[in-house]
Amino acid sequence: MRECILRAGTTMREAAKVVLAALREIFDENAYARFLAAHGMANSREAYAHYLRETNHARERRARCC
Amino acid sequence: MLRKLTRIAVWCGIAALGALSLATIAFRRGESINAMWLVMAALCTYAIGYRFYSKFIAAKVMTLDAMRATPAERLENGRDFVPTNKWVVFGHHFAAIAGPGPLVGPVLAAQFGYLPGTLWIVVGAVLGGCVQDFVILVMSVRRDGKSLTEMAREEIGRIGGLVAFIAVLAIIVILLGAVALIVVNALKGSPWGTFTIAATIPIAVLMGVYLRHLRPGKVLETSVIGFVLVLASIIAGQGIAHSAFAPWFTFTAPTLAIAIIAYGFSASALPVWLLLAPRDYLSTFVKLGTIAILAVGIVALRPTLHMPALTRFIDGTGPVFAGKIFPFAFITIACGAISGFHSLISSGTTPKLIQRELETRLVGYGAMMAESFVAIMAMIAACVLDPGVYFAVNSPAGIVGSSATSAAATITSWGFPVTADQMAALAKSVGEQTLFNRTGGAPAFAVGMAHIFSHTLGGEAVMGIWYHFAIMFEALFILTILDAGTRVGRFMLQDGLGHVWKPLGRTSWYPSIIATSAIIVGLWGYFLWMGVRDPLGGINSMWPLFGIANQLLATVALCVATTIIIKSGKARYAWVSLAPLVWLVMVTFTASYQKMFNPNPRIGFLAHAESLAKQAIQTGETSRLIFNDRLDAVITGALVVLVVMVLAESVLEWARVVSGRKEATVSETPFVQTRYSEAE
Repeated sequence: MRECILRAGTTMREAAKVVLAALREIFDENAYARFLAAHGMANSREAYAHYLRETNHARERRARCC
Repeated sequence: MLRKLTRIAVWCGIAALGALSLATIAFRRGESINAMWLVMAALCTYAIGYRFYSKFIAAKVMTLDAMRATPAERLENGRDFVPTNKWVVFGHHFAAIAGPGPLVGPVLAAQFGYLPGTLWIVVGAVLGGCVQDFVILVMSVRRDGKSLTEMAREEIGRIGGLVAFIAVLAIIVILLGAVALIVVNALKGSPWGTFTIAATIPIAVLMGVYLRHLRPGKVLETSVIGFVLVLASIIAGQGIAHSAFAPWFTFTAPTLAIAIIAYGFSASALPVWLLLAPRDYLSTFVKLGTIAILAVGIVALRPTLHMPALTRFIDGTGPVFAGKIFPFAFITIACGAISGFHSLISSGTTPKLIQRELETRLVGYGAMMAESFVAIMAMIAACVLDPGVYFAVNSPAGIVGSSATSAAATITSWGFPVTADQMAALAKSVGEQTLFNRTGGAPAFAVGMAHIFSHTLGGEAVMGIWYHFAIMFEALFILTILDAGTRVGRFMLQDGLGHVWKPLGRTSWYPSIIATSAIIVGLWGYFLWMGVRDPLGGINSMWPLFGIANQLLATVALCVATTIIIKSGKARYAWVSLAPLVWLVMVTFTASYQKMFNPNPRIGFLAHAESLAKQAIQTGETSRLIFNDRLDAVITGALVVLVVMVLAESVLEWARVVSGRKEATVSETPFVQTRYSEAE
C-alpha cells in the first residue's frame, strides 16, 4: 500500500514537472534561458531587451489559429 | 499471454462503451440525455482512433522512423530549432491551434440539435482533422520544417504554392472580420463586458512594461499578475455597470466596430513587447486555465442537455444561420473537426521542436483530439441551455423581431417555449440589460458556461461574474488574434509586394508598415462593417464564408498530403488523406455553390442581392447591402476557382506518377541517423 502511494506520489511529481516545463516553453521562459546560455549572459534588463530584439521577427510572424 | 488478453479485453471494453454512448446520443429521442454520454462517446472514439488508426498511419503510411534525426536535432540553433520534450511540444502545439473557433462553431451548429454537430466533431476529427495535422507535421519534419506553401510549391507545382499563399491571406482577412464581429455582438450595449475588455489593454501594456523593466523574462509570474488584474477588472466591471460611469462604456455595434478597427490598426503598429506579446501570454494563460476548469466543471456537474438531438431546423430554415445540415454543419464547425489553419501551425513552429520522429503522432494527432474535445465541451455548454433561451440569444432581430415580446412569441411558435420575463430574469442574473439578439455564438457559450460554473462553484449569485469571465475569455482570444493576424497578414503582403517594389518588402520601413497595416485592417474592417450593418446579424453570411475559406485551405493541405503519399510510392494508402479530401471537396463546393446561387435569399448571396434590388424603396444602405452580397459571392467563387486549380494540378501529378510517366520521388531531406538512439 505504502509503495503504491509512494509510486503515485512520484508519478504526480513527474507529471507536475512536465506541466511546468510545458508552461515554461509555452510562455517562452525556456527560450529566454537558452538565449542567456547561448550568449553567456546573465538575466538583466539589457539581456531581455536583446532577447526580445532577436526573437521579434519570429514572434511577429507566429500564426495563431482560430 | 495474460497481458495480451487483458489488453484485448480493455480495448473491447472501450469500444463497447464508445458504441453504447454513440448509440445513446444517436437513437435516444423525446427525452433529455446527460452530457456525459457525449463525453464518453468522444473519449472512447479518440482512444480507439489514436491507438489503432493513428498507429496504422504512423507505421504503414508515413513509416515513421525512430532512427531518423529530426530538423530540431540536425539544425539545432537554440532559437527556432530546439529538440523539446514531447509533452512540452504537445502543450505548445495545442496552445497554438486552440482558439475561439472550436468554441463558436459548435455553439452555432447546435441549432440543428446536439447530434449532427457532435457526430461531425468526433468522426471528422478522428478521420480528418487529426490525420491532416499529423501527416502535414510529419511531412514538414521531413523537409526541415518547411511551410505548407513551400511544400505545395515543391510537391504540386507553382500554382499550388501561389494558391496556398492567396488562400492563407484570404482566410486571415475573413477570419479577422468574422471574429471581430463576434466581439462586437458580445459587447454591444454591455458596459460590464466593454469595461472588462477595455481594461485588458492597459493590463497588457502594464505586463509588457513589468516584464521588460522590472522582472525580465519572468513571463509566468507576469501572466499570473495579469490574470489577477483581469479578474479584478471583471469584478470592477459589475460596479461600473451599475454606476454613473455606465454610459461611458455602453456602445452601439457600429461604434464598437470603429473602436476595434482603430485598435487593430494601432496594435499592429506598436512594438511587439508592449502589447502583442503580453496579451498573447495573458490570453494563453486564461485559455489553458479556462479549458481545464470547463472540463472539470462538466465532469463535476454532469449536466443534462435540454436541446433535442435534432431540431426542426435541419430543413435549412434555422434562425442562427440558414442552410441544411449538409453542407452547413460541416463548414460551421470549423476547427473542432478539421481546420485548414492548423496545417499552418503543423508546418510552422511545431516541426522545429520535435525531438523524435515517432513523437509527431502524439503531437499532431493527439493535440487535434484535445482541440476536438474542446469543441465537444462547447457543444455541451450550448445544449445545456433551454432551447428557447438558446434561440433567443442567437437569433437576429431581423428574424425574430426587435422587441422582447415579439422575439419570445416567434421562438415559442417554433416549439421552443421562452418568455420575455424569463429572458429578462436571465439577463439580470448575468448583469446584462438584454440577452436577445446576441448573435455570434460567444454570448450563448458564455451563458452556458456560466450555467455550468455557477452550479459547480459559487451558485446563482456569481452567475454574472462567470458570464463576464467567459465573455472576457473569448474576447481576449479574439483581440489577440486580431493583433497577431493583422501582423501576419501584413508580413505576407509585404513579402508579396516586395517582388513588385523592393522597399515595400522591407518590414522595418515605416511607410510600408503603415500602408500594409492599413490595407489588412481595411480589408477585415470592411468585412466587420458589413456584418455590423447586416440586418440578419452578419454571422449568417460571415461565419459560413470563414468556414468555406478555412475548409478550402484544408483541401489544399490534403492535396499536398495526398500528392506526397503517392509520390513516396504509397499510392495504395492514399485513401487516408484522399477520403477526407473528397469529403471536404463535396462539402466546400456544395456550400460555396449554395452560398452563391441558392434561390433562397437567406442562403444565396446573389438571391439576397436580387431580393433587395426588388424592394420598392431603395436607399444608399440597400445599395451597399446589394454590393456586399455580390462581393461575398465573388470572393466565394474566386476561392473555389483557386482550389479547383490546385486540385487539377494535384490530380494531374497523381496521374503522371501512378501511370509511370513520372518518377515517384519526393523532396525529403536525406536520412541522417539520430544521436538519441545511441543514448538509448
